[in-house]
Amino acid sequence: MTVAGLAATFGSGAMTNSIDEIEYTDLILATGTNTTENHPIIGAKVKRAVRRHGTKLIVIDPRRIDLVKYADIWLRQKPGTDVAVINGLMNVILAEGLEDKPYIAERTEGFDALKAMVARYTPEYVERISGVPAEDLKKAARMYAAAKRASILYAMGITQHISGTDNVKSCANLSMLCGNVGIEGGGVNPLRGQNNVQGACDMGALPNVYPAYQQVANDDVRRKFEAAWGASLSPKPGLTIMEMMAAAGQGKIKALYIMGENPLLSDPDLHHVKKELEKLDLLVVQDIFMTETAAIADVVLPAASFAEKDGTFSNTERRVQRVRKALEPPGEAKTDWEVICGISNAFGYPMNYASAKEIFEEAASVTPSYAGITYKRIDKEGIQWPCPTHEHKGTRFLHKDKFSRGLGLFSAIEYIPPAELPDQDYPFLMTTGRVLYHYHTGTMTRRSKGPSERYPTSLVEINPADAEKLNIADGQTVVVASRRGEVEAKAQLTEKSAPGTIFMNFHFTDTPVNLLTNPALDPIGKIPEYKVCAVKLQAA
Amino acid sequence: MEKKVTLTIDGQEVSVNPGQTVLEAARSLGIYIPTLCHYANTTNVGACRVCVVEVENARSLVASCCMPVSPGMVVRTNTPAVRAAQKMIIELLWSSGDHNCLTCEQNGACELQNLIYWLKIDKPRFPIEPPGHALDESNTMITRDLNKCVLCGRCIRACNEIQVNEVLDFSMRGSYAKVGPAFDTDYIDSSCVFCGECLQVCPTGAITFKQAKFAGRPWELEKVRTTCAYCGVGCQMDLYIKDNKIVKVMGNREYGQPNEGSLCVKGRFAMDFVSHPDRLKKPLIRANKKEDFKEVSWDEAFKFIGDKLKAIKTEYGADSVAGLASARCTNEENYLFQKFMRAGVGTNNVDHCARL
Repeated sequence: MTVAGLAATFGSGAMTNSIDEIEYTDLILATGTNTTENHPIIGAKVKRAVRRHGTKLIVIDPRRIDLVKYADIWLRQKPGTDVAVINGLMNVILAEGLEDKPYIAERTEGFDALKAMVARYTPEYVERISGVPAEDLKKAARMYAAAKRASILYAMGITQHISGTDNVKSCANLSMLCGNVGIEGGGVNPLRGQNNVQGACDMGALPNVYPAYQQVANDDVRRKFEAAWGASLSPKPGLTIMEMMAAAGQGKIKALYIMGENPLLSDPDLHHVKKELEKLDLLVVQDIFMTETAAIADVVLPAASFAEKDGTFSNTERRVQRVRKALEPPGEAKTDWEVICGISNAFGYPMNYASAKEIFEEAASVTPSYAGITYKRIDKEGIQWPCPTHEHKGTRFLHKDKFSRGLGLFSAIEYIPPAELPDQDYPFLMTTGRVLYHYHTGTMTRRSKGPSERYPTSLVEINPADAEKLNIADGQTVVVASRRGEVEAKAQLTEKSAPGTIFMNFHFTDTPVNLLTNPALDPIGKIPEYKVCAVKLQAA
Repeated sequence: MEKKVTLTIDGQEVSVNPGQTVLEAARSLGIYIPTLCHYANTTNVGACRVCVVEVENARSLVASCCMPVSPGMVVRTNTPAVRAAQKMIIELLWSSGDHNCLTCEQNGACELQNLIYWLKIDKPRFPIEPPGHALDESNTMITRDLNKCVLCGRCIRACNEIQVNEVLDFSMRGSYAKVGPAFDTDYIDSSCVFCGECLQVCPTGAITFKQAKFAGRPWELEKVRTTCAYCGVGCQMDLYIKDNKIVKVMGNREYGQPNEGSLCVKGRFAMDFVSHPDRLKKPLIRANKKEDFKEVSWDEAFKFIGDKLKAIKTEYGADSVAGLASARCTNEENYLFQKFMRAGVGTNNVDHCARL
């Protein structure tokens, strides 16, 4: 996943460049991002770059997404073959001597191992793995290498694989190979899918790090936080979300406190997750709706929505922006921070804050990258971290002149196939994601009239040729089954899906697609392989 | 640096970059020239002619939004000829549409209405003859009343040049001209993705926020700037509030990055959930999974959780407790959550759905 992959390569796990740079760069390589549906405002900037500023666009995606219409070159790889495709691009660049030699010599390490490894990934070899025609691969490689400034955009299509961390590192390899990291308009830019996923990571809502990615296992760091928080702290890194679920199933986790998440629709292999959660002695869910997860909890706490509280979100480009209270919460609902304080006080660890601002000030005091940010400074415009002092203007792009870790680290990465591929019993490859009109588990968008009117029910995108073979008509209900479960959805016949591949979204309770998905994890990022599993389908 | 161009506007000398327009030069001096079709960062089309000015030695009045500056140019923005032309244009626009402010949602926020007032026009000299277009009320998000359209083309440029959705264009000609998706369909039957940029830029009541109709007059609404709660772009937006409800959501160009005033369908039209009757309103507890939830006070809920967590920690150790923070909540809340798990409970078992 992003944080692990980019942190290992550059020393910092975040979007390297800024959103506004995308519109004015020379080339955009978009891979594993259906930008116009999942980040429409960035999608608009990509389209403006192409239509109005002459920017070249390379799309690498198994689906015929909207951006394909705007692309100079579209590489349609088989899902899960990203590492092979990127290695292939690097093979061509190196074979033709198009790499940025001074940059590689001065700013990076590990190049020789990379060069030796990609030598095998000739365009012809990559074509056999990925289905991308060798000639197209060559054209794309030359175009990428020729651009003075090239920005790589990616999202969950890169990370949600068992090779997710590898995929991220491969993107970083390609970018460094042509000297694109540390320059305006360049970089490796993960588009974060949730409003504050960057901030949650920055604030240490991760099992191995405190705020600002300071390691819990580091003695000096831990002592600093022990002093700041007046408590003795555990040096042992905690469990990730998927590990927590498994530990709950084994009886090792007895209590789970969930704030604003809905794993019972978002996690893979849902049947299993439900059984695991039901074994807990205490499940506390704090949310704005009675979600699927809240419905099986012991305690449900009503939370305020974003419109009912003050605070900050950090966007995908590391920009810390204000959230302002516009409404009173309904009934007795409280802001999440007030609830945490209430629980903490009842538990015996006193927490007393008068406002979100006071919490922010404490957080900034232990988060070096946020140290210079105050509510006053971000009243009119957000500031991009790192912002170490009150005089610092914030940072538009990272790794200028020097990487956070010193030298940029090339990683020689071999292609590994997805964990579960189609076979005789389950002949179709299913990939999952979001659609424009809905968001994540749909608790918000399904309760909004407009989006629900435009996209009222879950659709399964099937190539017309496949549909014909299976006698499935557009709009007909189909049953999709994997080794783990089955769901029903309406067929949408579309060229967006390649033959042999179907796409489904996970927004609808009635079509819980994550009953089907494969919980196989990336070994480092612990991200499940939502983007590839084997299924069969038939008319209902 | 390119050489500056010096010109005179209303007797004041000004130097601007070559290629800038007379309108931009005038604005840099703080001189007001009315506009209607002009919309910054889109093509200047000179469609409405409201921005006309007198330029010495020019054959006729010129549209300042399209006129590049040239050295020594002498411009006058407020002569009788300019005002007469502007009045004529506005009266023609007024009379060729159904501009009934009594029932219009944009009353008080309408650029045509403001221009009529600014030019001190009592009523148009021409008979009012609306074109009689059918309303597009085909969807729950955007209402289109082409009888209030002044054919400025801002929505077309917003759709094609800002959002690049390439849905809207002019069709027909002359007095039959109108704006819409291909094949003259309603929005719901077109490839429109309901970003709402068209209603954001519409200067009149031709394209409006459907759910805001009869929900509050512009001057009754409180405007609160905040950050969108959907994807990671972090769009800056204004929530328009009345009676503790979100009436509508608009972008605001003044806020700059990251979204420069644009929004998408979710940010603009997917906020119904905030005031949805399904919202949780009271803490709920059940003694075991077979029972139904019972409403309790916050104090009871806190005590129940606190006692239970203490007992579990005592019996099984701190690492038998885990917490999921949230990519939906604020930085402050995530900070506090992990602090509670680490410093309070004593475990690093804290994560969130970054991976999902």
